[in-house]
Amino acid sequence: MRFAFTEDQLLLRDTVRGLLARECPPDVVRSAWEARSGRAPSVWAKLAEAGVTAMTLSEASGGLGMDELDLALVLEEAGYAGLPDPLVETVAVGAPLLEAVGTAAQKERWLDAAAAGDALIAVGFEGQPFVPHAAVAAVALLHRGGDLYAVPREELPLEPQVSVDRSRPIARVDYAPDARHRVDAGDRAALDAAVGVAFDRAAWATSCVLLGLTRRMLDLAVQYAKDREQFGKPIGAQQAIKHHLATALIRQELARPLVYRAAWSLAHRDSVRDHGAHVSMAKVHAANAARHVAKTALQVHGAIGYTIEHDLHLFQKRAWALAAMYGDVGFHRARVGAATLPD
Amino acid sequence: MDLTFTERENAFRAECRAWLERHVPKESLGSGDTREGFARHLEWERELFDAGWAAVSWPKEYGGREASLFEWLIFEEEYYRAGAPNRVTQNGIFLLAPTLFEFGTEEQKARILRPMARGDVTWGQGWSEPNAGSDLASLRSTARRVEGGWLLSGQKTWCTRGAFCDMAYGLFRTDPAQKRHHGLTYFMFPLHGEGVTVRGVDRLDGDEGFAELFLDELFVPDRDVIGEVNQGWYVAMATTSSERGLTLRSPGRFMATASRLVDLYGRYRASAEPALRDAVIDAWIDAEAYRWYTFQTVTHMVDGQDVGASSSLNKVFWSEMDVRTHETALALIGDRLELDIDHDAPESAGDAVDEGAWMRGFEFALAGPIYAGTNEIQRNIIAERVLGLPRK
Ligand SMILES: Cc1cc2nc3c(=O)[nH]c(=O)nc-3n(C[C@H](O)[C@H](O)[C@H](O)COP(=O)(O)OP(=O)(O)OC[C@H]3O[C@@H](n4cnc5c(N)ncnc54)[C@H](O)[C@@H]3O)c2cc1C
Repeated sequence: MRFAFTEDQLLLRDTVRGLLARECPPDVVRSAWEARSGRAPSVWAKLAEAGVTAMTLSEASGGLGMDELDLALVLEEAGYAGLPDPLVETVAVGAPLLEAVGTAAQKERWLDAAAAGDALIAVGFEGQPFVPHAAVAAVALLHRGGDLYAVPREELPLEPQVSVDRSRPIARVDYAPDARHRVDAGDRAALDAAVGVAFDRAAWATSCVLLGLTRRMLDLAVQYAKDREQFGKPIGAQQAIKHHLATALIRQELARPLVYRAAWSLAHRDSVRDHGAHVSMAKVHAANAARHVAKTALQVHGAIGYTIEHDLHLFQKRAWALAAMYGDVGFHRARVGAATLPD
Repeated sequence: MDLTFTERENAFRAECRAWLERHVPKESLGSGDTREGFARHLEWERELFDAGWAAVSWPKEYGGREASLFEWLIFEEEYYRAGAPNRVTQNGIFLLAPTLFEFGTEEQKARILRPMARGDVTWGQGWSEPNAGSDLASLRSTARRVEGGWLLSGQKTWCTRGAFCDMAYGLFRTDPAQKRHHGLTYFMFPLHGEGVTVRGVDRLDGDEGFAELFLDELFVPDRDVIGEVNQGWYVAMATTSSERGLTLRSPGRFMATASRLVDLYGRYRASAEPALRDAVIDAWIDAEAYRWYTFQTVTHMVDGQDVGASSSLNKVFWSEMDVRTHETALALIGDRLELDIDHDAPESAGDAVDEGAWMRGFEFALAGPIYAGTNEIQRNIIAERVLGLPRK
């Protein structure tokens, strides 16, 4: 038993943390809001240079062949920075899914480009009301009627919607399955398994991002509590504020190990039978912690936190959206229940 | 990261499990917080010690197995999984012993540890006083220097199982000129004999689990001082940090409670509303979260990192989780929840053995946010020492 990341994994985290602190400050997130683009193109280019966009593809496909454990802290940092681009969909889910089940032509068309940072990937699982990032992705992987389709953007019927998080371009996609776009997984069982893994990756990677968002909101609140003075002293000297923030930290820190454990289980999914339940536990705690801290951070800020001018809402709204994405708390709790309770 | 257990750890688990399966008493020993129940629990403690399980992480010379921290956690998981009795020697083995390992003399360790672990000499904690609870540094008990030792005077309270224990440990003011944390000394002292009167106090659950200790010039020899004279506060903090940290409540206990809750749900699910199903699942997830949080902490400890005030996070989490879990159980049980166990009353057998155990467990869970530093105090510590918020 050893529950800690390796030196290399921590080093990569530090690199990405530094890069995002420089390249993706809140102003950059705000530009994605204003443009409603869901993009921070210069940041994505830098991440590609650092190899992040190639992490999950195998070496044979020109990637770095890294697993969920390598990716976990990178995703968390992306959450912390509020990176608008679809790191979860492109790197954690789309690229490995396309590599696993795409036709030779599909892989040729998109994998190198994705690894190089030139193509984004969107994913739409069955039952998902919106496909985020579809408008900016080169290809959307859509699960429809038990089959998976890789649909190029120009052939995708998009009906854009407005997200509470204006940096998330979401769209309704009313796609009529077209055999030309179908992937090639061999048989149905293999496809179901690949889509199942992709969904687990999506839910887990979103949990990592939520952890980062949570930490960002808590950092903002703690800093504000130290700086803001009322009654002649910092509000953070008041016990009510202290206790709010202490509770927020506890929620965050008890979600963290479940998210990291799920990373391990996914990376070793062939031998970890319950990896789906592990992912679901992670999503339940990460979503609940994020929503809790989003509320606490606002309360600690008072009215300034209730403005568009302040940065808090950038992270808060992302957290609300992601807490419900790829299975909300109710969905994932039920999945844990199915694995643990008598039926 | 490697979240599998090593071959050695698996073999250790198998050995624990096999021994516990053969030896855990089939019949309940009753409450360990009554005089008779305490005596029955001590027999069990002796059996544990003689087989080398009483304090698995201790050095062999004191009766341990030199188990690693992970092995200790494994032992705890197996112990509670097997439904083994509560550890009435806990306040010695898990709270005093770590202080002795850090500050005790060779003589003290040789004299005290084995009898402690075998339950031959039992220990209570004597920190709290009537006017010094959360604000322990305001304590008023004193120790006056005399030839060869000290005379202890004052009153201690809430001493768990003090009515049945042989010895206790606590802080006394040895330098009246110094204030608060300064000028205190850490003493071990007897609970029988001249100069000490012990009065049992019934706890919420009706058991005589608390005691008040009245000390009137109780003589304690120099050899029963731990650490330096007037440095008692710093010596004591070593105990409280291990108390809040790992040793007081390892994950195994809560995993076992969560499993029992799942079983209870199995029996009551026909009448359970959907929200209760959710609460059962949440209890399960919480226990898992605490388990992995602990594995993470222990890995950091093995790596030599300071885990410091993070033990406060841990304490708040497990204590509040335990309350929620028991509340969920009682909600499942519904209007039968008032069934209590009374070991003296034959009519309290049957269902009460299980349902009543949840009420008892609930009552004890409610103490979790109070003892070992209240959760309000822990939140202050988290805010000030972890988050760096201003003290004033
Ligand atoms: C089951 C159980 C077993 C125990 N066993 C032992 C034992 O073996 N030995 C022993 O010495 N003691 C023992 N205790 C006592 C325990 O350590 C004390 O109860 C605890 O330290 C709190 O002290 P108090 O009860 O005097 O409460 P108080 O300190 O009077 O506190 C009352 C309330 O005020 C709050 N409060 C106090 N100060 C602050 C502050 N600064 N900020 C915010 N809130 C504050 C507390 O959180 C609490 O809610 C035990 C208690 C229980 C319940």
